[in-house]
Amino acid sequence: MSEKIRKIDGITKESTQAMIDDALSVYPEKARKKRAPHLAPNDPSSGCASVKSNKKTVPGVMSARGCAYAGAKGVVWGPIRDMVHVSHGPVGCGWYSWGTRRNLMSGINGVTQFGMQFTSDFQEKDIVYGGDKKLKTLLHEAHELFPLAKGISVLSECPVGLIGDDINSVTKSVSKELEIPIIPCNCEGFRGVSQSLGHHISNDSIRDYIIETREFAEPSTPYDIALIGDYNIGGDVWSAKALLEEIGLNVKSVWTGDGELEKIAATHTVKLNLIHCYRSMNYMCKVMEEKYGIPWLEFNFFGPTKIRESLRAIAERFDDTIKEKVELAIAKYEPIMQAIIDEYKPRLDGKKVMLLVGGLRPRHTIGAYEDLGMDCVGSGYEFAHTDDYDRTAPEMPEATVVYDDPSEYEFEKFAHALKPDLIGSGIKEKYVFQKMGIPFRQMHSWDYSGPYHGYQGFEIFARDVDMAVNSPTWKLVKAPF
Amino acid sequence: MANLLGLEVKKVTETPPEEVERVKNWIDSEDYKEKNFARQALVINPAHACQPLGAQLCAHGFEGTLPFVHGSQGCASYYRSTLNRHFREPAPAVSDSMTEDSAVFGGQNNLHEGLENAVALYKPKMIAVFTSCMPEVIGDDLTAFIKNARQKGHIPKELPVPYANTPSFNGTHIHGYDSMLVSILQNLTEGKQIEGRCTGKLNLIPGCDFNIGDYREYRRILKEFGIPYTILADIGDTFDSPCDGTYNIYAGGTKLEDAADSINGKATIAIGPYATPKTFGWIKDNYSGKHVSMAMPMGIEKTDALIMKIAELFGKEVPASLKNERGRAVDAMTDSQQYMHGKKFAVYGDPDYLTGYISFLLEMGARPHHILCSRGSKKVEKEIQALLDGSMYGAGCKIYMNKDLWHLRSLVVTDPVDAIIGDTHGKFAARDAKIPLFRFGFPIFDRVNKHRYPIIGYQGVVNMVTEICNKFIDIKDETCEDRFFEMMR
Repeated sequence: MSEKIRKIDGITKESTQAMIDDALSVYPEKARKKRAPHLAPNDPSSGCASVKSNKKTVPGVMSARGCAYAGAKGVVWGPIRDMVHVSHGPVGCGWYSWGTRRNLMSGINGVTQFGMQFTSDFQEKDIVYGGDKKLKTLLHEAHELFPLAKGISVLSECPVGLIGDDINSVTKSVSKELEIPIIPCNCEGFRGVSQSLGHHISNDSIRDYIIETREFAEPSTPYDIALIGDYNIGGDVWSAKALLEEIGLNVKSVWTGDGELEKIAATHTVKLNLIHCYRSMNYMCKVMEEKYGIPWLEFNFFGPTKIRESLRAIAERFDDTIKEKVELAIAKYEPIMQAIIDEYKPRLDGKKVMLLVGGLRPRHTIGAYEDLGMDCVGSGYEFAHTDDYDRTAPEMPEATVVYDDPSEYEFEKFAHALKPDLIGSGIKEKYVFQKMGIPFRQMHSWDYSGPYHGYQGFEIFARDVDMAVNSPTWKLVKAPF
Repeated sequence: MANLLGLEVKKVTETPPEEVERVKNWIDSEDYKEKNFARQALVINPAHACQPLGAQLCAHGFEGTLPFVHGSQGCASYYRSTLNRHFREPAPAVSDSMTEDSAVFGGQNNLHEGLENAVALYKPKMIAVFTSCMPEVIGDDLTAFIKNARQKGHIPKELPVPYANTPSFNGTHIHGYDSMLVSILQNLTEGKQIEGRCTGKLNLIPGCDFNIGDYREYRRILKEFGIPYTILADIGDTFDSPCDGTYNIYAGGTKLEDAADSINGKATIAIGPYATPKTFGWIKDNYSGKHVSMAMPMGIEKTDALIMKIAELFGKEVPASLKNERGRAVDAMTDSQQYMHGKKFAVYGDPDYLTGYISFLLEMGARPHHILCSRGSKKVEKEIQALLDGSMYGAGCKIYMNKDLWHLRSLVVTDPVDAIIGDTHGKFAARDAKIPLFRFGFPIFDRVNKHRYPIIGYQGVVNMVTEICNKFIDIKDETCEDRFFEMMR
C-alpha cells in the first residue's frame, strides 16, 4: 500500500464526475442506471472499492469481456504444458484461443508440451444426439497419439451444457481405463458474467480432481513454496522463478504458467503460496489454507519499488537466511534498476497513463509506471471483483477515474477528456487509440514482448514504455497539409 | 474433496529422456502417420474457424454497419480480437451478452436491450445481427425477435437490421460470410428492383477474402476498364483506415444505397464458387442482368478468365494497361521460374484459396504435393483433381479432404516438401519440417502488412512469385557452404 495520497493537476472529484456524467448522458435510461455505479472517482483514503463490479455486462455496449470458457482454457488450464486440453464443442472457441495468450511453454510441441488446439469439432449431429460418445473416442485417440501427456482436461463450450451432455461421467470412466487424470471442467461460455467464473470453476476442478493426487519425490524443506497466478506471459514465470530461487526459495510448482500437472497435484505440501494474480487464483489459496494450513501471500513483481517491498514481505515469512539473501538481491539489483530509471525517466517523467486490463494489472503495474515517473490517471478492469477494487483504491491517485467493465464508448470518452500519453489495454482497444494518435501497449500479452515480471522484466517494460510513448512515428500522424 | 477420480496417490515423476527421445522420433514416423490418419473423433489444429467470424467480416464490409453478435459475449471478443490481430486494425462489434437466464427464457430481452443501447452509443446506419452457438441450440426465433424489436420501438423504424443464423457447429467462417451477405442483400434490396432500370454497374462479390490488397486490386482493375462497380461487401477501407489522429468507427464499406441498387445492376460476378453459393443462388433468381460465378483469380489463367469475362459482360476491349500488366506478371514468372520449378509444396486453406494456390503453382512448374482442405465437399475435391490432371506437375500430388494441420504435420515430416503455403497456424508444422511457410491465407498474426499485398490478379502473381523465389534464394544464401556463396543467384 502506498504511504501518501497522490494528486494529479487538474483532476478533482468534480471534474472526474463531470466526465463520467458526460459519458453516460448518451445512454438510454435503463443502461445509464446500470452503468453509473461502475464508474467513479477514486477515493484512496477509503481503501474501499468506489465502484460496483462483477455484474452482468450491459447488452450492446461493446464490452471487452470474454467468457467463462476463455477464463478456463486461456487462463487456468491452457498454460499447463504437459496436458492435452480439449475444447469440447464446436471448432471456434479453441481456434480463437489457440496460441493467442502468449503463455510460453518449455518442452517439445506434441511430445512433452501440448500448446496446440484439440477440439471435438461438434457438428449438427453432435448437438442433436449428444457428444458423449465422441468425447470417449477422442480421449482414447489423444492418449494414443500423445502418450507422454500427463493428463487431459475437457473444457466445455456453450452447447455442451445446453444439450445436457454428461462429460463428468465420460471423463471418469475413461480416466479409469487409461489410468491418467482426465478432468472435466464445466466452463460453458454463458456461465457467469465474465472470464472470472471460468477461473473459479477451473480452480474448483483442480481442487476436486488434482490436488493431493501426487507427492514430491524429494524430501520437503522449510523453503518450499508454490508460485500461484503467474501464467508465464512472454516468459514472466522464468523471470519470477529465477528471482525467488535466488533468494533461497524452492519453487516446487507453478500455477499455471509453464505448469506441470504432477507438481501442481503435489502443491498441498508446500510451506507458503505466493500469489501474483489474486483475481484468478485466490480461491485455491484459500482452499489450501483451510484444508492444509498453507498460508498465502500476495506479492507484486512489477517495477523495483514493488519488487523490493514484496521481497521483504516474503522474507518476513522465513528465517534469517532468506532475509539475508533478499537484502543481497536488493543490493545487487537496485543499482541496475536505478541505471534503467536514469535512462528512461527523463523521457517519461510526468507522462500520463490509462489502464484497462483483466483482473490484476490495472493495480499491480501502477508502481512500475510510477518508478518511471509516470502517473496513472485512470484504471479499470474487465472482470475484477470488489476485493480487487479495494486493493486498487490506495494505488491510484486522488479522484482519478475508476471504470469497471467499461464500454468502448466510455473508454474513448475518458481518453478524449484525459488525453493520456499512453494507454495500456488489450488488442481490441489497441488500434482504436493508435488511430487517435495515442501511444498504446497491450498489457495482456505484453504486446509480443516480455517478460515484465521481476528485475529482469522491468528493464524490458521500461524499454517498451519508452518505445511506445516516444516513438518518432507519432509525430507523423498529423499531415502538414 | 480432492481426487474425485479415485486415482492412486503417486510420487511426482519425470519422463525419462530416452522415452522423450523415442516419442519425439515416433511422431515423425510412418507408423505414427497411420495412427494419426486413423483418428475418428479428435480434431487437432484445425485450419478453419466458425461461421460467425465470417459473418462479422461481411458486416464490416457495409457502410456504417455495426456487427451484432446474438449470443455469449465471449464469442464477440474472440471474433473481434482475431480480426484485430490479422489486420492490426479496430474491429468494432457488440454482443447482447446472453447468460444462464437467457438459456431458460430465450435471448429476446438481451437482443432488444442490446439493439437499443447499440443504436444510442454507436449510431449505426445498419445493424447486422448474427448468432453464435447458444441461441442456435436453444432455438431463438430471430425473425420474431427483430420484428418485435421494431414494434416495441427498440430500433428506429427505418434502420435496416438484417440477420443471419450462423451456427458454429456447421460449416466454417466462409459459410457464415455467405449467410450474412445474402441476408444483408435481401434486406437492402427489398422493393428496390425497378423494371427497366439498369445502373450500368458491375456487382463484384469478392467472397470471404481477408486480404485488403485484393479489394484494392479489384477496384483498380475495374477502374482500368472504366467500368462502374459495386463491391459486395467491401472491407478494403474498413480494415485499412489511415492513422491521422482520428478514430472513425465505420471507416469504410459499400454504401447502403449502392448495395440496395445492386439489384438493378448490369452484371454480377461472384468470386469463389465455394465462398458465396447461397448468395449467388439468390442473386441468380432475383437480380437483373447477367450472373457469373468464377474462381478466385490467382495465377495467370484464372486472372485471364476474370478479365475476359469482365470484357465480355461489358462489351469492352481489355485495356492496354492490363495487357501490359499481364505481360509484366508473365515476365516476372519466366525470369524466376527456375527458383520454383519442380519444388514441392504442401498447401492448405479455404477451398477458393486452395484452387488459386494450386493453379498458380502448376503454372510455375511447381508441385502442390500435399493438398489439404480442412472442410470441403466432394465438388471441391473433384475440381482440385481436375486441376491436377490438367498439368504434368499435378502428377503424384494428393488431396486430403477434411483433415487438419496435425495431419499436415505427419505429411510434411514423412514425405518432405520444400515449403508450405497457408496461414500463421502452419508455422509449427513448417518449423518441425524445417521448411518455409508462405502466409497467403488467413489469419496472419505473426508478420506485418502481408494483408496489404494482393494475391489476386496479375499483381498478386508478381507478389507471390517474389516472396516465394526470394525466400528460396535466401535459404540458399544462408545454408550453402562458403565456397558456393556467390554474388549472383
